[in-house]
Amino acid sequence: MEFIKDIWQFLKERKKFWLIPMIIILLLVGILVIFGGSSSVAPFVYTLF
Amino acid sequence: MYILGISAYYHDSAACLIHNNEIIAAAHEERFTRVKQDENFPENAVKYCLKEAGLELSDIEAVVYYEKPFLKFERLLESYYHFAPRGLISFVKSIPVWVKEKLFIKDELYSQLKKLGKYDKKKLKLYFSEHHLSHAASAYYPSGFESAAILTLDGMGEWASASIATGTGNKIQIIKELHYPNSPGLLYSAFTYFLGFMVNSGEYKLMGLAPYGNHGSLQVENYKNLIRENLVDIRPDGSIKLHMKYFAFATGLKMIRTKKWESLFGIKKRNSSDPVLQCHSDLALAIQQITEEIVLNMTREAKRLTENKNLCLAGGVALNCVANSAILKENIFDRIFIQPAAGDAGGALGAALAFAHLHNNMPISECNTDKMKGAFLGPEFSDLDVLKTARKYGAEFEYIEDNNRLFEFTARQLTEGKVTGWFRGRMEFGPRALGNRSILADARNPEMQKKLNLKIKFREGFRPFAPSVLHEDTKKYFNIDVSSPYMLFTADVATGIRKNLPGDYENLDMMSKLYIQRSTVPAITHCDFSARLQTVHKETNPDYHALISKFKELTGTGLIVNTSFNVRGEPIVCTPDEAFRCFMRTGMDVLVMQNYVFIKEKQNINPELFKEKFKPD
Repeated sequence: MEFIKDIWQFLKERKKFWLIPMIIILLLVGILVIFGGSSSVAPFVYTLF
Repeated sequence: MYILGISAYYHDSAACLIHNNEIIAAAHEERFTRVKQDENFPENAVKYCLKEAGLELSDIEAVVYYEKPFLKFERLLESYYHFAPRGLISFVKSIPVWVKEKLFIKDELYSQLKKLGKYDKKKLKLYFSEHHLSHAASAYYPSGFESAAILTLDGMGEWASASIATGTGNKIQIIKELHYPNSPGLLYSAFTYFLGFMVNSGEYKLMGLAPYGNHGSLQVENYKNLIRENLVDIRPDGSIKLHMKYFAFATGLKMIRTKKWESLFGIKKRNSSDPVLQCHSDLALAIQQITEEIVLNMTREAKRLTENKNLCLAGGVALNCVANSAILKENIFDRIFIQPAAGDAGGALGAALAFAHLHNNMPISECNTDKMKGAFLGPEFSDLDVLKTARKYGAEFEYIEDNNRLFEFTARQLTEGKVTGWFRGRMEFGPRALGNRSILADARNPEMQKKLNLKIKFREGFRPFAPSVLHEDTKKYFNIDVSSPYMLFTADVATGIRKNLPGDYENLDMMSKLYIQRSTVPAITHCDFSARLQTVHKETNPDYHALISKFKELTGTGLIVNTSFNVRGEPIVCTPDEAFRCFMRTGMDVLVMQNYVFIKEKQNINPELFKEKFKPD
């Protein structure tokens, strides 16, 4: 939660809102890659890709 | 108010502890882990800093990290976007590291700190300085200047690769920045790579190789023209523009587009094991001179913008002492201070100081005093620690209680051509050994450079050695008007002690040039009559000063060879144990640790015990 607050403040200060979609996609992919390693989430990853 | 500065997760991590205006302790992590340029969280360095001050983590007011990770991530995303679709492979490889770790440095730092002791997260605040602000602060606040122009230059920070700032009282204001991908540091590193040395550590070798190039020759001028016309636009306002079609660092996993460079310069990229040829030295000289031109342009711009009479320098490029000397010769500043830990390790110090002065508004203390304490900010070991090491290995030793006798004994060993390890007091902060973790030798000995390079340091034969000279005797040996306590300036050897060169000197090959006696102190006289000198001051290192004085009493020469106490690829020794092991596996003749003396000939220990391999740098 603190991370989201920090990055929002950063983007607001730098006025770089156009980076938001890119960051969200990267984080989602990152989460999938990290959890994709564990067996319970792996089937969803395979379905998605 | 205690503040802890940290630099980590790129290369050469370090920690530093300050208390108000005083630097209590600072150390590189590599010295503890024995991993050269260790990039991991500086756990051991932080532990040492706390121990030095007798503190717990809960006594610290703030921890300050030396750069802003979000800003760096922004630069990465924007540059990948800019160069897309090129750089896809690099993107795929680097982004997961960021998404998994580097974006969450705040959490990572807190969790690493947690391992070191209990603290209250609400009380212990974590702050992030900017990379070049950290460099600027590391040079300005310890300089003792009441105001100064500040120039920082390195490979890359978040967006900036160089900056000009002004320091007034306790304030620093950044005036101008040079932004990614244009970087004087990366330009120099690109040549380091092309000439077969390792990026981020081999830059010293490139600088040491440059003087073997033929000054003013057609070849060097041709290389310089090719660099100016194809690789970089050099502008009089200090800025540069790299022609990115020749560089791969923005989109690839390498520094340069090798084939393009090979066809531009007409030579193959050198591999680290290939012999060094004259064309390599000429190219090294060309890029050294181009770098000096860039640095001088930036310096003139800093003068124009600030109109200050003092200059502070930091950032990795500020370790290029030949370029520093070019600034000195330009004579546009009255006083110059260069942070001895000018690289990223020094960012830990700068981050802590920037927080104290800029965030907490702490005033600067009395002026005109260098606050680096001679850079002796690392751990110190007692006689008992040395004794424990001696007993551990069953070593033969002699204890000389009286310092005067110890210095005389050591000086006598040096006059007899013995190479001596010298381990005393607190370890240095920064890449140079300044007389507390040093290997010493007689500079008058014509065989010494070869012996040191090949039998002690196991490094390339062309590399020069630096002299430590008594501050009061500097002018006797060198043409320089300022002191150089941190080995950050070069100077020409005085004409009075030079020897005549053979008429065909310029046409000789590199190795033939190397072994020609160029002065009465040949071991420290580089092939262009320059030396990277350290002036030794009684106030900052009285023991080392006394030793050289003793050597002078015996020989009439107030100068000795000083090289760092390590072998190629090894971090400088930190503990008595590491010093003894290094002593035993090299051709060193004598080791002096505190007041204990070890003579190699008298040791009856199996040398196989001390064999250790280090990755060559």
